[in-house]
Amino acid sequence: MTETVRSPGKLRIKWGQFRELNVLVALFLLCAFFYWRRPETFIKPANLAVIMRFIATFGTLAIGEVLVIITGGIDLSVGSMIAFTGVTTAWMILKGVGNLLPPVGMVPAIFIALLLGALVGIWHGLFVTKLGIPPFIITLGTWLIARGAAAYITRGYPQVFETGHPFLILGQGTVGGIPISFLILLGVAVVISIVLNYTPLGYRIYAVGGNIEAARLSGVNVDRVRIFCYATSGFLAALTGVILASRLGQGTPVVGSAYELWGIAAAVIGGTSLMGGEGTVLGAILGSAIVGVMQNGMVLTNVSSYLQDVILGIVLVVAVVYDTLRRSGRKLRFWRK
Amino acid sequence: MSEQQMILRMVGISKAFPGVQALDDVSFEVAAGEVLGLVGENGAGKSTLMKILSGAYRKDAGRIFIQGREVNIENPNHAQRLGIAIIYQEFNLTPNQTAAANIFIGCEPRRLRLGRLVSFVDRRGMEREAQEHLDRVGARVPATALIRDLSVAEQQMVEVAKALAVEARIIVMDEPTSALGEDEVEKLFEIISTLKEQGIAVVFITHRLEEVFRVADRVVVLRDGRRVGSMSIDEAAPEEIIHLMVGRELGDMFHKEKAEIGAPLLEVRGLTRRGVVEDVSFTLRRGEILGFAGLVGAGRTETARLLFGADPKDAGEVYVDGKSVKINSPIDAVTAGIGLVPEDRGNQGLILNLSLLENIVLPTLDHYARAGWWIDRQGLRHTAQEYVDKLDIRTPHLEQKAVFLSGGNQQKAVVAKWLASQPRVLIMDEPTRGIDVGAKAEVHALMGRLAQAGVGIIMISSELPEILGMSDRVLVMAEGRVAAILDQEEATQEAIMAYASGEEIGTSIPVGFDEPEVPERR
Repeated sequence: MTETVRSPGKLRIKWGQFRELNVLVALFLLCAFFYWRRPETFIKPANLAVIMRFIATFGTLAIGEVLVIITGGIDLSVGSMIAFTGVTTAWMILKGVGNLLPPVGMVPAIFIALLLGALVGIWHGLFVTKLGIPPFIITLGTWLIARGAAAYITRGYPQVFETGHPFLILGQGTVGGIPISFLILLGVAVVISIVLNYTPLGYRIYAVGGNIEAARLSGVNVDRVRIFCYATSGFLAALTGVILASRLGQGTPVVGSAYELWGIAAAVIGGTSLMGGEGTVLGAILGSAIVGVMQNGMVLTNVSSYLQDVILGIVLVVAVVYDTLRRSGRKLRFWRK
Repeated sequence: MSEQQMILRMVGISKAFPGVQALDDVSFEVAAGEVLGLVGENGAGKSTLMKILSGAYRKDAGRIFIQGREVNIENPNHAQRLGIAIIYQEFNLTPNQTAAANIFIGCEPRRLRLGRLVSFVDRRGMEREAQEHLDRVGARVPATALIRDLSVAEQQMVEVAKALAVEARIIVMDEPTSALGEDEVEKLFEIISTLKEQGIAVVFITHRLEEVFRVADRVVVLRDGRRVGSMSIDEAAPEEIIHLMVGRELGDMFHKEKAEIGAPLLEVRGLTRRGVVEDVSFTLRRGEILGFAGLVGAGRTETARLLFGADPKDAGEVYVDGKSVKINSPIDAVTAGIGLVPEDRGNQGLILNLSLLENIVLPTLDHYARAGWWIDRQGLRHTAQEYVDKLDIRTPHLEQKAVFLSGGNQQKAVVAKWLASQPRVLIMDEPTRGIDVGAKAEVHALMGRLAQAGVGIIMISSELPEILGMSDRVLVMAEGRVAAILDQEEATQEAIMAYASGEEIGTSIPVGFDEPEVPERR
């Protein structure tokens, strides 16, 4: 995102400086390409729903990552947190918590899972801010702990919902053909965008990412700002965990493997700088849309599944190289004059 | 000097950054064995010119000749191969490696070559050769010493040795004396004359005129990105160079408006951070400018940071308007109405990647939050514009990133940020360091106006004329303690220096005091 778009009070967008435009154009070209290759299947409502569910999953994660990455951090725990919160939600609804709690209703179970996600995020934030532990390390710890805990609770067995269980609506239902999970993503995107662009907290998040010492000396509570970002990332991971459990009809400890990396990749494709200080919600969503459309399109066009990862990896690298060059104003030259 | 001897010629160099013409058709040349002093105020374009020479920036226009041959410097590595070495203010050394490893970084002597790709570093040979280079510059530094164990001056010598190791023929030193003590400066000058004898061209960038007269053979003056003068040092007079640098007379330096000094505003009792600041107590009155004088390392900045809550304190009480306030973090300080304009504006005062607007409103965001959280963008812009106008911050628009503002305008932006928060006490740490003379006068006038409005100002300065010209009272610090608090009549250059150096009475100039950049004219 450019300063023009994010700068307060300037409502008119200068398209030349509108960074997401590149990603948007790329997305449009991708869609056009796959529509050309598979005109019947690509825009079938069922297929669009598949893409939207994909975007919902990774977009939600990417938004959390964007927040954390703006402040100069990283959250590696989200994939494991998906498994952990998915399992605990299913567990709470189906079995209760051991002898402590009887099975609880859907709403309290979801609420507790989301709270759990936020608390784990706050936990990360406290380690990062109060103890100065690198975010990479503390979230890597949770990456192991959360998945291990998910497997331990269930002894490795998925907690399966029976067909028709009302919990499944969340992940499988649609409203007017649009998956509920996608609508939830849009809701999250709107809320976080507003926070980033229209509230003091948002200004402070960018300030902390830009120069944490200057922000601190300006009286910004930098610890609170950073903890908020980790908490939000944990919360959004939990939200994704709940939705995926509903979509799959089970809470399973193997779900969400490497999703944190997909979330980070989507954020970066969408223009977030791993150096901190830069990144937008729109970029996160467009980034995950690129990944989603590509993956779906490659399935439709019968690209080998092994090759799919190769191509996505190349796209990631090209996107980052392009963005870096564009930002530094350098021209790409492979040879000397 | 004839053309052939000119080892380096830069002709018609221009470079623009967004909103600024940093260099406009600048030419200069330096001969082998010559020391060229490159002087100018901050923002005059000295560093930009050298960054173009080093390949860090690309020039928009102009030509560069090395020994008469035109070159197109692509990158720092290419510059190095052309025999150009630049020693920046911040050294490029790796702290956890030895001096030898740093000197030969990237071109370590090899042995036991197995084909083109496999070879091993000849460590002993490297250390031996490194020691030779270190000895050549007269550094008493073992080549096996770790950089992190060396003093700043010794690290600088390692940088010079590194330049010799790559057979640099042109060595550029960017403000090399700014971090050195007086005897270390002497040592550096000796090194420079050694380099000179060896036929190396030295470009010496500084804003301290007396150093130019000590070491340079010739001087080139830049102002606002243009070359405004070039003369042999024998023909140069300090007044003339100052005149060229500034481009105007310095009639009203330190012209301070008389402010009415009112009731005690801030009282500090027994402020202590063990080993750094010991038992500092003072009172600041409304409308008063309290100067903090002292040697580098006397604990002035540290005291300011303690008072502002930027560092944890071991003891001390702070009263504002007679009421005790607990200041444990900058948040508390801002709440208590205290602002800090830090010494290092790039790293501590501003968020360079954010716009001027966002920087100005950062401490006061909550004031613009309607219903507690929704930002009133109109109000925000309005306030920012008000202070941009009031302080005459020169910027194309409010959305200009802070990084693109000149030093003086950056400093005004930091001040604007605090003025917007309407502080009762403003701590200004070296408020005019590194900004040009015009901006300096503006900052001084602004301080006078603030005092008139009843703000209490603590001004830390290493420039005695500034301390004497601006302060109502002067607090002198030495070794972390308050050595004296002097009234305006008592505060003389001699008295301040005597207290600062820990002598009771004395007129000798203590080591490390920054000499004034311009002669005092009052």
